Amino acid sequence: MVKRFGPVTAVGGVSFEVRPGECYGFLGPNGAGKTTTLRMICCTARPTSGVLRVFGLDVRRHPRAIKGRLGVVHQGVTLDEALTVRENLLVYARYFGMGAREARSRAEALLAFVELDARAGDRVPKLSGGMQRRLMIARALMGDPELLVLDEPTTGLDPQARHAVWDRLRQLKRRGVTQLLTTHYMEEAEQLCDRVAVVDHGRVVAEGTPQELVHRYVGREVVEVQAADGAAAVVAEHLASLADGCEVAGDRVFLHTQDGEELVHRVRVLGLPVEGVSLRRATLEDVFLRLTGRRLRE
Amino acid sequence: MMDVSLVGALRFWQRNLLVFRKVFAFTVPENFLEPVLYLLALGFGLGAYLREVQGVPYVAFVATGLAASAAMFGATFECTYNAYVQFTYDRSYDAVVTTPLSAEDVALGEVLWGATRSVLYGSAFLLVVALFGAVRSPWALALPGVFFASGVVFSAVALAFTAVSPSIDLFTYYFSLWVTPMFMFSGIFFPLEGLPGWVQTAVWFTPLVHLVRATRALAFGHPSAALVDVGWLLVVALLVLPAPLLLLRRRLVQ
Repeated sequence: MVKRFGPVTAVGGVSFEVRPGECYGFLGPNGAGKTTTLRMICCTARPTSGVLRVFGLDVRRHPRAIKGRLGVVHQGVTLDEALTVRENLLVYARYFGMGAREARSRAEALLAFVELDARAGDRVPKLSGGMQRRLMIARALMGDPELLVLDEPTTGLDPQARHAVWDRLRQLKRRGVTQLLTTHYMEEAEQLCDRVAVVDHGRVVAEGTPQELVHRYVGREVVEVQAADGAAAVVAEHLASLADGCEVAGDRVFLHTQDGEELVHRVRVLGLPVEGVSLRRATLEDVFLRLTGRRLRE
Repeated sequence: MMDVSLVGALRFWQRNLLVFRKVFAFTVPENFLEPVLYLLALGFGLGAYLREVQGVPYVAFVATGLAASAAMFGATFECTYNAYVQFTYDRSYDAVVTTPLSAEDVALGEVLWGATRSVLYGSAFLLVVALFGAVRSPWALALPGVFFASGVVFSAVALAFTAVSPSIDLFTYYFSLWVTPMFMFSGIFFPLEGLPGWVQTAVWFTPLVHLVRATRALAFGHPSAALVDVGWLLVVALLVLPAPLLLLRRRLVQ
């Protein structure tokens, strides 16, 4: 599908499929078209062209039916600030046509699930950022969704709050709730996602399980070279031919390889302006840098 | 292509009612105390010199006019500042449109809620001025219905403006160029008959003057005199209603 805003192409031909029960991650730098894609799925942005079906239904023709089966955790906070924690859930339930009694019991269960039962009577501004995000997740679950859509669910949270959100999302996956999330935290994608798509400039540039992508685009290990001030380009030029792949980010040079120890040794004996060399396992972050960052060579 | 459901609109209306019950106390000054101040200053200050206007005591003349303006302000504040804050700063509308409700449902719910606030403030003010003898006929019991119809007009126009406003700063223009002139030249404080003909013609095309006339006609017991004005408000309510629905949709759904 394609989405244009006047002359600007936000999504320039994205194709993907989310399978029931899986957690699918949409990774990309800011402005890659992630949010616009989610908005089209939530029927709050209309595709300029292409086909988009959610639950087999066309987004142009059945927005209400689709939205009735979605739970959405928006980017940032979209809670009703004038209302209490519990009221936020009850009001939302009404939008899904849920009766008052069912809404009340569901709200209590979800407040317990996100550990906000003790704060049920507090107004939203009194909650911390992590609590607000957990409340957004509880609210998204009020309609008993088949697909949970999360737009950067942990951006701006501290590590504890982030882990609390991840815990909840993993529990939901075990219960069979399909999830589609966007993030630019690679750790988040590795923790949560069964499959990911890397998007850049409104296109999917790679798709697969996190492991597959690491093997396909980076290899087994990464040698991280901390270059001396301003010497990264020179260092990279010397080392690129020794590795399977080479990325530069600031003063650091990342070398992709199957045999890290051998490469570390060779870097050390070359006598380049280098302040440190370390070896680690390749991660999704390396894939991300390789696919969306500046590239030295293919 | 419009996708609007009355059930969806009423669910959003319920949400607004719940919010209103919590912030009600903060809306009293602008919606209620201000007209009371006008009533005290003009009704009694000016009323001491101007005993009778159009066959009624001046205080009753002003009080009924101010009841109409209280109804207008109730709807107008709701669908300008309140609505704008909710959809830009709180972003709570963004959340609602990802539920089964459509953007049109939200707009209609908001307009109906603005009209409800017209009924609440107009009627409350009417009750107060009844103490001053300004309500002289049981026909006044029909006024909440008139406030609702005019409330739809004021709300729809305000929400349409809000939906296309790029910034909250523009509301000062909405008030200075539209609301305040209406407030001054709709016959609330003085009969319009003394003004030049072209002014009276121009004023005929604005809603508040019809509400003021209908309010006086019913409060003073001349129902037949209210017919044309109530008809004007009903017709215009239906004519302007689609505008905020379409414009808010454009704002919320890209």
